Amino acid sequence: MIRVDDVSFRHPHTTDDVVKSASFSVANGRIAALLGPNGSGKTTLFKCIAGIWKPRGGAILLDGTDTASLSFRERALLLAMVPQDHTPPFPYTALEAVLMGRAAHVGMYASPSSADVDKARAALETVGVGRLADRPYTRVSGGERQLILIARALAQEAPILLLDEPTSHLDFRNQHAVLSMVRRVAEDKGLTVLMTLHDPNLAAHFAHQVVLLKEGGVIADGTTEDVLTAERLEQLYGVGIGVMTDTERRLFYPAS
Amino acid sequence: MAAPLLAALFALFLGAYGMSPVQVLAALRDGLSGIDSPETAIILDIRLPRIVLAGLAGMALATSGATLQAVLRNPLVDPFILGISSGAAFGCALTIGFAPFIPLQAAAFLGGGLAVLIACLVARTGDGGMSRLSLVLSGVIVSAFFSAMVSLIKFFVEPMKLQSIVFWLMGSFSLAEWSQAHSAGIGILLGCLPVLLLRWRLNVISMGDEEARTMGVNVSRKRIIFITAATLASTSAVAVSGIIGWAGLMVPHLVRMLAGPDHRRLIPLTMAGGATFMILADTAARNMTDFDIPVGIITAVAGAPFFVYLMKRNGKESWGR
Repeated sequence: MIRVDDVSFRHPHTTDDVVKSASFSVANGRIAALLGPNGSGKTTLFKCIAGIWKPRGGAILLDGTDTASLSFRERALLLAMVPQDHTPPFPYTALEAVLMGRAAHVGMYASPSSADVDKARAALETVGVGRLADRPYTRVSGGERQLILIARALAQEAPILLLDEPTSHLDFRNQHAVLSMVRRVAEDKGLTVLMTLHDPNLAAHFAHQVVLLKEGGVIADGTTEDVLTAERLEQLYGVGIGVMTDTERRLFYPAS
Repeated sequence: MAAPLLAALFALFLGAYGMSPVQVLAALRDGLSGIDSPETAIILDIRLPRIVLAGLAGMALATSGATLQAVLRNPLVDPFILGISSGAAFGCALTIGFAPFIPLQAAAFLGGGLAVLIACLVARTGDGGMSRLSLVLSGVIVSAFFSAMVSLIKFFVEPMKLQSIVFWLMGSFSLAEWSQAHSAGIGILLGCLPVLLLRWRLNVISMGDEEARTMGVNVSRKRIIFITAATLASTSAVAVSGIIGWAGLMVPHLVRMLAGPDHRRLIPLTMAGGATFMILADTAARNMTDFDIPVGIITAVAGAPFFVYLMKRNGKESWGR
């Protein structure tokens, strides 16, 4: 379970809070999407939850544990993160890259064991790119690299998975392929997932829960059906929103 | 991994005093059984310490380069480019010129540490990040500054000391003695050991601070350990051999091309490769002409074109940023 309790954050040497008293929680085994316009504080809030930045006030609880006192290793055993922008430093093979997700499980002076290697291979298979194991992960498509980074997070074996705009570098088909895969794996392994998204339609299709963030504050939080309405999205993005509905799906589009 | 031993054996056979391989081996055998002769003295007290020292220095510089490249996520850095060598040279020149009671090793480490600290602080941007280009540029600045300080020392120092500073700075193993191999060896091994033990963590750290942290690695602490170790190893080498550039840049790249970037293999192979490279370069330096050319010249002649090649080749790929 993720619980964000009254969290505020401001950058050093500034006077304005980027995240203002944000509170919400995601129940175990649920997939939640965080929506908000550019500059709404999504990424900042994300980095606070991931432990990269320290909130100025409030608390973040992962499975009931206050994260403020956790070491990086202890936190990594609870939470894995798939970054939005990843610049490969060296042409590691996909397997070597995924193996790095085992860092929290490997002793300080040790290298990964063969059990770790097996888990990394299994993670690659889970996301469907086992065939890329020995290929440099610099020489694969953007979608494949995204999958490799998701495999790295899965190899970490944390119960909570954070994905920062997992679709931002993907084409139309891969956006759906990657999110379907995330949903399937999350259901299989009982993971709790929080992801930021730009497209409300992807949130509508793949998330159980939606949190709307505007100017650093949570303006709505609830089930996807309840939260995703044209009025709420108009309020969030400040443009007119139209809705098309058929028997099972709703499609939002800007209508101004 | 046996390459350094083969190179050392090869280097043992070559030298200014002409001896056949059979004579060399005989001298080696005599030396080990305690028989003194001019030949054993040449092999055991002139050639061997020089080879050992070159091997240690090559290992130190190459390992230091590979470590810095990973920790700073920057394939274009090594102890020379970051200014560590110049900083160490400054420390040593100051010691030779004005404070001979300070051990050379300590002065080199303090100077090199100061240089890398300044280079990293200058390159740091407001949000705590560090671009690849700004780090190379700040290294150039730091390097230039400390070189200027060395020139200043040379200007003020007595002629006798000036001569020894100048000769030492050129980068050479020509005055190698066992005592140097011992004093440098301690620092070099102490610097290389933590890198060897923690080498897999270099993979994780090379992914960047934020990602490494979410994977459970305390990056700030590890980075200090790695940079300190790399500085200790490379400045220990500088203290006995002067400034020898490019080995720290070239060797890790060559190994990466041959064996891939995984530091589990890269670090041990870089250690062996660095030692081999330096032993061969030094053998060339002392045998190519009748003079003992400073080995730093050999490595620079090979290294500068290699750097250009690297920039051209890889700029297009993953590190254009």
